[in-house]
Amino acid sequence: MVHGELWTLKELFVYPNEYIYWSIQIVMYPFMTGLVAGAFVLSSLYHVFGIKELKDMARFALVFSFALLFAAPMPIVLHLQHPFRGAYVFMTPHFTSAIAAFGVVFFSYGAIVASELWFLYRKHFVEVSLPLKEKRDKGLFEWIKFLIFCSLTLGVNDISEESLKRDEKAIRILAGVGIPVACFLHGYAGFIFGSVKANALWMTPLMPVIFIMSAIVSGIALCMLTYIIVMEIRKIKIGSQRKPWMTSVEEVKGVEINVIKITSKYLILFMIFAITLELLDLIFRGYTAVKHWDILRTVIYERDFTNIFILQYTLGNLIPFIIFLLPGLTIRRAIVGLVLALMGVFMMRWNVVIGGQAFSLTLSGYMDYVMPIIPRNWETFKEGLFGALSIFTMPFVLFWIIAKIFPVFGSEKKPAAH
Amino acid sequence: MITRRDFIKYSIQGIAALAIPMAAPPFNSPLSKGGLRGVPSKLSASQNAKGIRWGFLVDTQKCVGCGFCVKACKKENKIPYDANVSRTWVERYVVTKDGNVLADSPKSARDGFIKNDPMGINLKKEDIEKAFFVPKLCNQCENPPCVQVCPVGATYQTSDGVVLVDRKWCIGCGYCIMACPYGVRFFHPVYHTAEKCNFCYHRITKGMKSACVTACPFGARLIGNINDPNDEVGRIIRNERVSVLKDEFGTKPQVYYLGLSKEVR
Repeated sequence: MVHGELWTLKELFVYPNEYIYWSIQIVMYPFMTGLVAGAFVLSSLYHVFGIKELKDMARFALVFSFALLFAAPMPIVLHLQHPFRGAYVFMTPHFTSAIAAFGVVFFSYGAIVASELWFLYRKHFVEVSLPLKEKRDKGLFEWIKFLIFCSLTLGVNDISEESLKRDEKAIRILAGVGIPVACFLHGYAGFIFGSVKANALWMTPLMPVIFIMSAIVSGIALCMLTYIIVMEIRKIKIGSQRKPWMTSVEEVKGVEINVIKITSKYLILFMIFAITLELLDLIFRGYTAVKHWDILRTVIYERDFTNIFILQYTLGNLIPFIIFLLPGLTIRRAIVGLVLALMGVFMMRWNVVIGGQAFSLTLSGYMDYVMPIIPRNWETFKEGLFGALSIFTMPFVLFWIIAKIFPVFGSEKKPAAH
Repeated sequence: MITRRDFIKYSIQGIAALAIPMAAPPFNSPLSKGGLRGVPSKLSASQNAKGIRWGFLVDTQKCVGCGFCVKACKKENKIPYDANVSRTWVERYVVTKDGNVLADSPKSARDGFIKNDPMGINLKKEDIEKAFFVPKLCNQCENPPCVQVCPVGATYQTSDGVVLVDRKWCIGCGYCIMACPYGVRFFHPVYHTAEKCNFCYHRITKGMKSACVTACPFGARLIGNINDPNDEVGRIIRNERVSVLKDEFGTKPQVYYLGLSKEVR
């Protein structure tokens, strides 16, 4: 069977070779890179712009961004017909292609996040490795721990006040450089679509900007959501132990809602940017009404109406918008708002990627995407629901592992009173 | 201890030494734009100032929709016979008296158009205003968007204008398929790499005609070197009223059509 035939339903006049070649994994790809970029921008709000209230969140967002970074290229790899040739993109990049920039941008961004993390956690590495170094008769586990942390220090054990100041400066610079690179990482994902002149829905110079804005929305939303989950687990842990020297549940609660309230303001801000641009694009297309508008209109207002206007704009944008603007935000309400906002951004990606292939190049036919649910073979797994779900769970598993080395919160001990 | 003066001196010498191999790539990258297999691009460009440029001419007035071209293409280029993809296909357009345009290409027209049932609708002869067939194939664009977007350079344009795919290097991302405004590209069901019409490059470079041209009993398909002043295809393109498909994309297609109608997509 031809690739794409399995999940494509053709209607009216469609060219014989046309199928929905870019399916769920290509929806996941900008969604995941968007989360990376968004999480990084969120962490930079504290490091660069000095928004103090976000200190806790900034650390968390940076580690999460690192975890997401490893998951971001996975959808593309799964989508490739020759996944083992994926490295050719780095080996023989053909620079007139937007995808060829991937290697350069991805690795420079990765290097920035990794070095920023190193500066941020250097003190922690030294504090873990030094006592272990001095300790005699280490057990096997301690040996492994020592080796990991000792190598992570890169041989720098100086944690004097002065050197930590220098670290902070380095973090600020890296976070500052990281913002444009993160935007570029995602902007070019938008460019991949926006520059396809053959596709009437994709071709707009606004595409990279729209992608960046919605990326930040999704990144912030996912960070907030994961933050809430982690905090809830923390509360349960503290509640079950009840030691006098530990932070009390009330204190954690207070911190949690405060951080969520402040972060949600930024979420709303970027959501406004994203919606404004998207609506501008839509209005402009309708107003100029060039050749392909006839078919685009039927796709946008009729065939994809539920996906675009109900799931994306109403449930994914309008309702979270109201939820976060109404006074007296609670954690429970925030969770609903965040899940909806994430769903909204996912639907935006879906409507761009799948919606862009919902009509034929003939401009007189349609294609419907029927996502494979039950994985009957490798292809229906990787280009189906379960492939997408595995990609989505990947960063959480990675985060869980990475957080063992980069603890996102300090210890549960109360800070010494000043 | 190296002195400052020496340091500067050695640096300049080092840069100068590096500059020599840096100047070489334009002459030894075989398949950079315009290069013909193994022939350095700059050299081939100068030899090929008015060399070969393959062009194709489709006379839609002569096409009867028999589908021999599609059959021949599938066999010649080993595209699985029953797979619902093809390097070339024929479209049928039927305009009814009430102004409806019905268009289709069942099985890429491999078996021809036997029944009078455009898009599965049984039409009476008296309801039809006009009807015609339009063969389609890769336009071997002068400015090919598929080549532009390939992230690994696995698809490239030869100096004689044909766009080829390297099956050993294609990673199968599908970007070229998305970038082609004519929908000529697809994934090969066996090799799982991007696949497209290449004017039967293995034939035309050996003095033969493309399989579809040879198979067409009515002379609706012609191929030739449009740079050759004595070539028939070139002469018709220069002297007669020809058109191309979707020129608004700026791809500069090199498949020319005689008798194209406004309904053609």
